[in-house]
Amino acid sequence: MNWGFLENILSGVNKYSTVIGRIWLSVVFVFRILVYVAAAEQVWKDEQKDFICNTEQPGCENVCFDHFFPISQVRLWALQLIMVSTPSLLVALHVAYREHREAKHKRRLYEDKKNIDGGLFCTYTISLICKTGFEVGSLLAFYFLFNGFDVPILLQCSQSPCPNTVDCYIARATEKKIFLYIMGCTSMLCIVLNIVEFMYIMWMRICKCFSKHYVPVEEKPYVRRQSRLSHENIVSSELAANTKVCNTEPRAAGEKPACPVSEGSDQSGAPVSK
Amino acid sequence: MLNFVSTPAMSWPALYAQLVRVNRHSTSLGKIWLSVLFIFQVMVLIVAAESVWGDEQSDFTCNTLQPGCENVCYDQFFPVSHIRLWSLQLVFVSTPTLLVSMYVAYRNRGDKRRLIQGQEEELETLKERKLLVTGALWWTYICSLVVRLLFEGGFMYALYVVYNGFQMPRLVQCNQWPCPNLVDYFISRPTEKAIFTVLLATASSICMVLNMAEVAYLIAKHRVQRQTVQDKD
Repeated sequence: MNWGFLENILSGVNKYSTVIGRIWLSVVFVFRILVYVAAAEQVWKDEQKDFICNTEQPGCENVCFDHFFPISQVRLWALQLIMVSTPSLLVALHVAYREHREAKHKRRLYEDKKNIDGGLFCTYTISLICKTGFEVGSLLAFYFLFNGFDVPILLQCSQSPCPNTVDCYIARATEKKIFLYIMGCTSMLCIVLNIVEFMYIMWMRICKCFSKHYVPVEEKPYVRRQSRLSHENIVSSELAANTKVCNTEPRAAGEKPACPVSEGSDQSGAPVSK
Repeated sequence: MLNFVSTPAMSWPALYAQLVRVNRHSTSLGKIWLSVLFIFQVMVLIVAAESVWGDEQSDFTCNTLQPGCENVCYDQFFPVSHIRLWSLQLVFVSTPTLLVSMYVAYRNRGDKRRLIQGQEEELETLKERKLLVTGALWWTYICSLVVRLLFEGGFMYALYVVYNGFQMPRLVQCNQWPCPNLVDYFISRPTEKAIFTVLLATASSICMVLNMAEVAYLIAKHRVQRQTVQDKD
């Protein structure tokens, strides 16, 4: 099974994830994909050959195996890994779309393309919800298809063409049970990580929204802003708001200044260019 | 570290590398199509191929001791295995994209010849540049999409006709010579095979829908561009 392809895709997504997202990726690679490839596939290798029934009736074993295992546990596990990894691609696609837009308009549209804000925030949230949904769905599928995570050593089957109730024995039942428990626990850990990440990005978003509080004009720090018309006239926007534009022509003797002399202006009352 | 072993007959990573190179010139829908193809078709095929269909003949059990009966009945019921049919489908479906890559190579060769006479340092930019989908490239691209659609539809139809649907029965009855009379045959893992058949058929349908959407998008874009040019004139 060539998991290297999925590994390459997910490594690409790593750049756009939060800290918790990167922990999730590590858990998926180390505790799930690696465990699957290194061990799980071998445990289920001879599952049908070693599924022995106490009967000589041809076809009874096939039918009983099909009845108890409509889909093999290891295949369901592999499908779960594929489905759970796929929503991360949505985020990668969105960032690629942002890069494509910038290239199309030939100017910088985003302060930081990888920043989780705006549309990318929605995409990221949707991918988290989808991932959690797939995990929960797979766990439920396991639970209902195989009556829990337990693997019994003996099953009794009376499907046709078995002549009566026949005992069938599963190979390596305990080993399969251990791996199913590992699979279940890592799945639940990933669900917890997804929920924590969801709360984390929501919290960051809320903090960001609330930190944009109203600041009165006088209290705003001095911000230099270039005039559109002339590069030489660099005027503080706040200064312009606070002071009148004054007549810079020399005053006649005795004439009061047209505007009050403030800190940022010279004696004639004109704003000082900086 | 991670297992990079591909199935013996196919080198899917090589095919992927080839398709990704061509995909630079395709639309966004084309890129989505490639991801859907590789994740939901190739990966699912590799997951299912060796394991589920690996023992299809060895575990094809029959209620007879007559030598040769099993072989004959297996051959009657499985003229071509699902796995082989899907592998062929994936290979044929990927082929039209190569048409586009051949055309791009042909265009680049013409430009390369002119460049070599001029500046050599632009050779790298020539290799990396993305051609606009207009003119002859547009027609090549549309043809490749239509051929791809025909192959996908054709193979799905072939699978449906050969196996009378996407379901797999548990029991088959056969009375081909040399079987003495009507003999019961039991297929191994029929439900699992049916699940994977339905999964792959769904992925195929999604790919077909994406291809149709891409054709519609390209035609609409072409019309809009022509309208703009006519308005300017």
